[in-house]
Amino acid sequence: MTRYIIRRLLIAVPVLWGIITLTFIISEIMPGDYVDALVPPGLRLELGVDEAQLQRLRESYGLDKPVVVRYAIWLRELLLHGNLGYSFVTGQPALQEMAQVLPATLQLSIVTILFSLVVGTSLGIISAIKQYSVLDHLLTLQAFVWISTPGFVFAIIALYLFSLKLPLFPTGGRAPLDGPDNLLIRLHYLALPALVLGFEGLAGHMRYARASLLEALGADYVRTARAKGLPERSVYLGHAFRNSLLPVITIVGLSLPGIIGGSFIIETIFVWPGMGKLGMESVFMRNQPMIMAMNLIGSSMVLCANLLADITYAWADPRIRYE
Amino acid sequence: MVDSTATPADGAHEARQPVSSQISPDTWQALPKAENRFLRRFRRHRLAVLGLAALSLFAFVAILAPLVTFYDPNGIDLTVMRQAPSPAHVLGTDPLGRDVWTRLAYGTRVSLAVGLVAVSIYITIGVVLGGLAGYFGGRVDMVLSRFTDVMMCFPSFMLIVTVAVILPPNIFNVMVIIGIFGWTGIMRHVRAQFLSLREREFVLAARCVGVSNGRIVFRHILPNAIAPVVVAATMGLAGAIMTESALSFLGLGVQPPMSSWGSMLQDAMSLPILQTMPWLWLPSAIAIAVTTLSVNFIGDALRDALDPHTSSD
Repeated sequence: MTRYIIRRLLIAVPVLWGIITLTFIISEIMPGDYVDALVPPGLRLELGVDEAQLQRLRESYGLDKPVVVRYAIWLRELLLHGNLGYSFVTGQPALQEMAQVLPATLQLSIVTILFSLVVGTSLGIISAIKQYSVLDHLLTLQAFVWISTPGFVFAIIALYLFSLKLPLFPTGGRAPLDGPDNLLIRLHYLALPALVLGFEGLAGHMRYARASLLEALGADYVRTARAKGLPERSVYLGHAFRNSLLPVITIVGLSLPGIIGGSFIIETIFVWPGMGKLGMESVFMRNQPMIMAMNLIGSSMVLCANLLADITYAWADPRIRYE
Repeated sequence: MVDSTATPADGAHEARQPVSSQISPDTWQALPKAENRFLRRFRRHRLAVLGLAALSLFAFVAILAPLVTFYDPNGIDLTVMRQAPSPAHVLGTDPLGRDVWTRLAYGTRVSLAVGLVAVSIYITIGVVLGGLAGYFGGRVDMVLSRFTDVMMCFPSFMLIVTVAVILPPNIFNVMVIIGIFGWTGIMRHVRAQFLSLREREFVLAARCVGVSNGRIVFRHILPNAIAPVVVAATMGLAGAIMTESALSFLGLGVQPPMSSWGSMLQDAMSLPILQTMPWLWLPSAIAIAVTTLSVNFIGDALRDALDPHTSSD
């Protein structure tokens, strides 16, 4: 087990390096540099800044150095000091700014994952046990509807139905601007965005659980269990579920990029003060250091989730460790 | 045929199609049969047939957009602002007095075109990279697979938004951006197929008689690896259409006055419009959902029909 974990960690190292490098490359492709952001080209005449001054400014920031040197500096700053530059808008360190909004995004993502995992897998199990019944067909059909509706369309419809037509949920925000604040009220604000994101991911879990359980139900060991006269309950709980629902763990890791990507739009629509909303704002403000921080943190989160999923899976299923 | 569990139905099946050892005439007869089986299996999915009909209708509207309407999609008419659906304007008019049905028809053009081109781009990238990694293996595979791992860690929508900001927003850049970030799934499929197919006897036989690498790849391996790609491409079309609408919804996709389903939704994104003028957002929302639903149904039926492993006929 320890050997497996070490091997997985070693494979993750070049991937992490790739993520960091790709982030650097993207920031290199972006037109303009930090000096252009400080002194926008359109305002140079008005401000009376000449080329020599700009050049000195570039030198003081090290922007005149060759790409390779800047890449080395970027790696050193990131790895040794956790420095990703400063937000163009607030002047705060980009990483610190990210850390401030991370709890809101984690809260939304975790509730979303739990909801889609529990509900999706349960529906998948029901669907597999009652294969080819009317219920199975209906559940499959609704899964297709969730897969096929883009999150923002779904969000608009949910907002229209459950916030405007029936005033059941607040239209946005994480907590009331003034007035009482407690866990129940927080959950009330969380419900609609989490449900919208959760239903997006639900279909995947459901179809996966269904296919996986059906495969197990056709396997020899299930036939053996039935042949030796075990009650159906034990066949399902003791034999079929244990083997077929383990792979669902890996799907949680794989579904994270979709949830983070989806949260960009959902957080913007529901005014949820998380990474997605900050990311969208940074994108529209051309706030380059923030965009870089967002890409780096988002993809590192996915990397960690995949690593955790792999290790959990190997812990639960010994066959994986001997690959 | 020592399997004692063979049912009478199996026996009847074999009697109808005797397993013959000689190949020549049977192979030719098997071809049309295979096609029939494909059609038969596809038709069994009624929802997919329905989806195909819906998609054809959308394609028809997209191609013939100028013929299905009397109005100019960008023709501003301030005398008929924000009108509810009426015989003159079947889906009403928007805040600039433009006919919603006309804009929807032209938007269909944009949305379908972006989806098709984007998917073609990423299928090409995915097949080439996956083929190289799977066929050559070793170091090539190592580098390409790690690169794919890196790409898969980035939430693709986040990357797409980032790059959409760098490039000037127009329809061609939207196609390219969606295309260059969607290939990872296809790459993995194709790589896995190539890895297993290159070890098979018919590839070994081809190599033994001195067939070149290129010919082995294109004549022997690729045709056998293409079925999952077709399915993934179909599902990918739905994804690309959804991504385009999301980008346009955020204002990073097609630019006004051009319309796409997503940009029409963006125009309608305000609480008063949501509440009182459903004709401004409902048609495009329905168009997106129906199209992606149809495409997904078709993809699901294709998976069933093309998969040689599902034995039920």
